[in-house]
Amino acid sequence: MKDFFIKLASLNRTVIYLIITIGVLLPLVVPLNLGQKMSPPTEHLYTFIDTLPKGSHILISADYDPSTLPELQPMLEAIIKHAILRGVIPMVMSLYPQGTGLGIQACEKAKETLGARPDTDYVILGYKPGFSAVILGIGEDIKKIFPTNYSGIPLDSIPAARGVKNYNNIALVISLSGSSTPLAWVTYAYTKYNQKLATGVTAVSAADFYPYLQTGQFIGALMGMKGAAEYEYQVNKLLEKRGYEKAKSVFAVRGMEANSIAHFLIMLFIIIGNLGYFLTKKRREA
Amino acid sequence: MHISHNPWVWVAAILTLAIFSFLYKDNPFFKMAEHIFVGVATGYGFVYTWNNGIYPNLLKPIFVDHQWLFIIPLILGLMYLSVVVPKFAYFIRWPFAFLLGVGSGLSVPLAFRASLVEQIKYTILPNPHGMSAILFINALLILIGVVTVVLYFYFSTPHEGVMKPLTKTGIVFLMVGFGASFGYTIMARFSLLVGRFEFLLGNWLGILPWLK
Repeated sequence: MKDFFIKLASLNRTVIYLIITIGVLLPLVVPLNLGQKMSPPTEHLYTFIDTLPKGSHILISADYDPSTLPELQPMLEAIIKHAILRGVIPMVMSLYPQGTGLGIQACEKAKETLGARPDTDYVILGYKPGFSAVILGIGEDIKKIFPTNYSGIPLDSIPAARGVKNYNNIALVISLSGSSTPLAWVTYAYTKYNQKLATGVTAVSAADFYPYLQTGQFIGALMGMKGAAEYEYQVNKLLEKRGYEKAKSVFAVRGMEANSIAHFLIMLFIIIGNLGYFLTKKRREA
Repeated sequence: MHISHNPWVWVAAILTLAIFSFLYKDNPFFKMAEHIFVGVATGYGFVYTWNNGIYPNLLKPIFVDHQWLFIIPLILGLMYLSVVVPKFAYFIRWPFAFLLGVGSGLSVPLAFRASLVEQIKYTILPNPHGMSAILFINALLILIGVVTVVLYFYFSTPHEGVMKPLTKTGIVFLMVGFGASFGYTIMARFSLLVGRFEFLLGNWLGILPWLK
């Protein structure tokens, strides 16, 4: 038995790659239907949007690029769908050039599956360079930063943007990011304008943002693919209830199932590796 | 199985496989994909910044609206390029000084409040989400964690006597923090892998019926 664990601990890494690949692929091809229970940070964000009065505006900043798409894009799509279903108007902007395209893609999906109308049910503002200047500028007058929407239509003539002057007219700002951009929103929008904020971040940076949840600087947060899957699952239930079966998306839910298997395998490898290490050490000492 | 007929999906799939080939070893396909990525990202970023930043915020005000005050930021911006001529490289100090001055003035007081004052405040004050038995235990753990970790990084007194158990506790909190970060990092890396697999199997090969 001891020899078996020692041999297992010195397994070639190619074999480990192969086992992980199979472990990740299998749940994608054969769904496990594990379900998703909302964690408190996800629940706070979901409940906040769910209880907003119809016609409220939320500003979603897609502050990421395709390198973090698997974790953040499902969040963006689910939040946009949720807002539209609740009659809340999402305004999508980006502080990253590539974020605009991803924001447009998410809005297009809502248009195709929910019949959402651009400039009536949602607004695409597009990209503006300069983090602090843009965030502070929106606090003064959003039209100075975004005089037009992404297509060049003046904001004044867009029905969905009417009545939005600055943060006073925006119920919530959500920054989706794979970097520290949400902290810029905390520094400039929350601290200076007392703007309510939420965030969606990649799992790598999730641990860095928990302290800002504890203080209430973020009212809620989606942490990595787990947060995306939780929100997506909840929005799917709402879509089902409203009869929009075709609008359901399980990109993050299925991804999280694959993640669960991969995590299980990693834990197994860590245990085997440690057992092998200690057994080898013991044998050497004997 | 419905293999994609979209040529761009094929381009993305081939480039993905080229990047994955690095798992075997460094090779020309990986290098090619890497260079294409850098080139495309830079070009895309430049065009977007030109159309959304440089033209509407700088060139249009000067050349179309004749707001001559905008010449000052134009000159400051051009000074950045002085590094290409070593003789005039010192000009870069001007825009740097301006940027550092404005940046610090804008961000230091706000960042101090956002990242320090608020954090200290809610280490002591009740949780803004309310207070239950679990939240009380959480708050207590946070208070003990913050104090003991700060003490661990206090090197003016030797970690002996009363300090010893406190700093040891600090190490436990640090280890838990590192463990949580590492766990999340694993999830992030696997999420990226899962995302690529979903693209290859779903969008490209069309063998994931649930992927729309």
